[in-house]
Amino acid sequence: MGRYVVRRLLYMVVVLLVVSFITFGLMHAVPGGPFDREKALPPEIMANLNARYHLDDPLMVQYGQYLYDVMLPKFTTTPPDNTNLSDDHLINIKIGNLWIRWMNFGPTFSSRSRTVNDIFRQQLPISMQLGLMALTVAVLIGIPLGIIAALKQNTIFDYLSMSVAIFGVSVPVIVLGPLLIWIFGVTLKWLPPTGWGSKPPYVLGFLPSKLGWDYFKHAIMPAVALGLGSSAILARLTRASLLQVVREDYIRTARAKGLQERLVITRHAFKNSLIPVVTILGPMFAGLVTGTFVTELTFGIPGMGKYFITSITNRDYPVIMGTILLYAVFLVIANLIVDLVYAYLDPRIRYD
Amino acid sequence: MADLLNVQGLETHFRVREGYVHAVNGVDFHLKEGETLGIVGESGCGKSVTVMSMLRLIPVPPGKVVAGTAMYQGKDLLKMSPDEIRHIRGAQISMIFQDPMTSFNPVLTIGRQVAEPLEIHMGLSRKAALNRAAEMLAMVGIPNAKDRLNDYPHQFSGGMRQRVMIAMALTCSPQILIADEPTTALDVTIQAQIVDLVKRLRDELGMAIIWITHDLGIIAGLADRVNVMYGGLIIEAAPVKPLYAAPLHPYTQGLLHSLPRMDETEQRRLVSIDGLPPVLMTKPTSCPFAPRCTFAYERCLQENPPLINLDGNHQVACWVDTKTGRPRE
Repeated sequence: MGRYVVRRLLYMVVVLLVVSFITFGLMHAVPGGPFDREKALPPEIMANLNARYHLDDPLMVQYGQYLYDVMLPKFTTTPPDNTNLSDDHLINIKIGNLWIRWMNFGPTFSSRSRTVNDIFRQQLPISMQLGLMALTVAVLIGIPLGIIAALKQNTIFDYLSMSVAIFGVSVPVIVLGPLLIWIFGVTLKWLPPTGWGSKPPYVLGFLPSKLGWDYFKHAIMPAVALGLGSSAILARLTRASLLQVVREDYIRTARAKGLQERLVITRHAFKNSLIPVVTILGPMFAGLVTGTFVTELTFGIPGMGKYFITSITNRDYPVIMGTILLYAVFLVIANLIVDLVYAYLDPRIRYD
Repeated sequence: MADLLNVQGLETHFRVREGYVHAVNGVDFHLKEGETLGIVGESGCGKSVTVMSMLRLIPVPPGKVVAGTAMYQGKDLLKMSPDEIRHIRGAQISMIFQDPMTSFNPVLTIGRQVAEPLEIHMGLSRKAALNRAAEMLAMVGIPNAKDRLNDYPHQFSGGMRQRVMIAMALTCSPQILIADEPTTALDVTIQAQIVDLVKRLRDELGMAIIWITHDLGIIAGLADRVNVMYGGLIIEAAPVKPLYAAPLHPYTQGLLHSLPRMDETEQRRLVSIDGLPPVLMTKPTSCPFAPRCTFAYERCLQENPPLINLDGNHQVACWVDTKTGRPRE
C-alpha cells in the first residue's frame, strides 16, 4: 500500500513533466506575447521587458530555467526577499542558518507587484473553500436524491428527483447565480449578493480562521449555485448504479436470507453502488477546488478561477503554467485518493 | 405423513414490452417432511420461478404471482405480510442459488454473510453468530473455518463458495432447503462433492429439500420424487425409480434418451428433442409440448391435458398412452 502510493507519486512527477512540456509548447505556439498591445509598445521598452523576463532566450532554455525554478529545491543562506518578484518561493524552510526554498512559479506578467505564488497564497484558498463547500452540497443533495429515485423507481419520487437533477444539469450557473442573487440578495435581502467572508491568514494554508454566520452568509449562494450542477450528475449516477446493484444475485441472496429491505439496501447494496460515484468525485473535486470562473465572477468572489481564463488571453506565461500545473496536481492526487477509496470499498481491489 | 408444503394452482407471469410472459401456469406439488423433491426441466420451463414465487422473491414488477396458494404450516405463503414471509425466509425455508460466484456480496466478509441469518432470525449477538457461523463452515467442510470468517468471497474457489452458501442456508436449521441448480456452475467432480455434502447434511439434519436442476443424472441418486416441468406446467410427477424405469410423458422419455448411459454396451447416437421450448406469450391452451412431440394428434393441439393419476403415485399430463402409442380413452 505504502509502496503503491510512493510509486503513484513518482508517476505524478512524470505526468507533471509531460503536462508542463505540452503546456509550455502550446502557449508559445499561439501567436502573440504577454506585452503585445493594440497600440504597440515602443521597441526599446519591448526589448527591456523581453530581456527582463528572459523571453529572448531560446525556448528550451526558458523551459529548462522554468523547471529549475519550480522543481529543484534551493539551499541558500539568504533569507526570502519579499520585494524581489523573481525570487518568491512557495515553500521556505529554515534550518539553522540554512534556508531550503522550493517552488518558484515566477512573476506574473499582468501585474507588476504579484507573483504566481501570491495567487496560490491569496486566491487559491478562497477557491478551495468554495469548491469544498460546493462539493459538500453536491454530495449531500445528489447521493440521497439518487438513492430515493432508485428505491422508488418509476414513482412520483423518482420523477421528482430526476426532474430536480435535470434542472440542475440544464440550468447553468450563469442563470442560476444571478437568479439567486436577485431573490435572496436583492429582493429578500437575506444574504449579501457579493463578496467572500474570509481573509488571510488561513489555517493549513486554505481553511478560514473564523467560521460563523459572517463567513457562511457569503458562501451559501455560490456553493449552492456551483454544487447543484454537480449534485445532478451525482444523483443520476447514484440512481443508475443502485438500480444496477439491486438486480445483482447477492441482493436476491440477502432477501432470501430474510433481511429487512432497509438492511438489504444499506448493508448490501449501498457500498457496492458507490464505486462509480467515487470515480466521478475525483475529477469533480479537482475541477471545483481549483476555481470556477463563472461562479466566482457572478458572486464577486476573489478566487483564482479568473486566472485560468485571463492568463491565456493575456499570454501571461507563468500564470498559465502555474494554474495548469496546479490543476494537474489536484487531478492526479484526487485520482490517487479515489483509487485508495476503491480498495476500501471493494476488498477485491488490492494494491500490493 | 402430512404435507410440509402444499402448492396449488400457482401462476406467475412477467410483464414485458410485448405483453405478458406466462412463466408458471398452474403448478401443483407437495413436499413431505424430510423428503427430497426434484424439479427437472430445461431452461425457461418455470422451475426457478415456481420456487421464487413461493418465497415471494420474484421482482415485482415486472413479475406477479396471479393465482395459487402455497400452504406452509397452515398458512399461505402467498398471502403473508412482507414481515411474516421475511421471518420464514432464511429461517424455515432457505435457498441456495446457482452461481456461487455472484450470489455473495463481494464487499462483505464471508463471516458477516453467513452469520447474518442468525442475527436476524435468532437474535444472536454478532460475536455469537460468528462463532456459530464458524461451526457451520466447519460442518460443510471448510478447512480452518474460524480463520476464514474474515475472508471475502473472492478468496474462495467456486466449490468452496457453494459449500459456504449451503452453510449460510442451514444456519437457522430450516425445515425446507431449496436448491436452485446449485451444481450447474461447478465442474463435475465438485458437483459430486456438493451432492454428497447435501445428502450427508440431509441425513444429519433431516430437512426437506427441493432440488431444481436440468440434470436428470444428479437427481437420480438424490431425490425421492421428481416433478418434470415443461412450459410452466408439471407434465410428469413420480417417485424417482418408476420415473427413470418407465417414463410416461414423451418429453421425459426424450430427456432420458438424450443422456449417455454408462451401462450401454453398443454405441448409439444420442437422441435430441427437435424444436425449441415454447415462448409463453400466451397461456398454453393446448399441450405445450405438442409441436415437438412425435406422438401428437389433433386433440394435443386443441386441449391441454390435465395431470392424471396412474397407479397411485405416478402422474402424467398427456393425451397419449406412450406405451401403446394410442390415445387414452
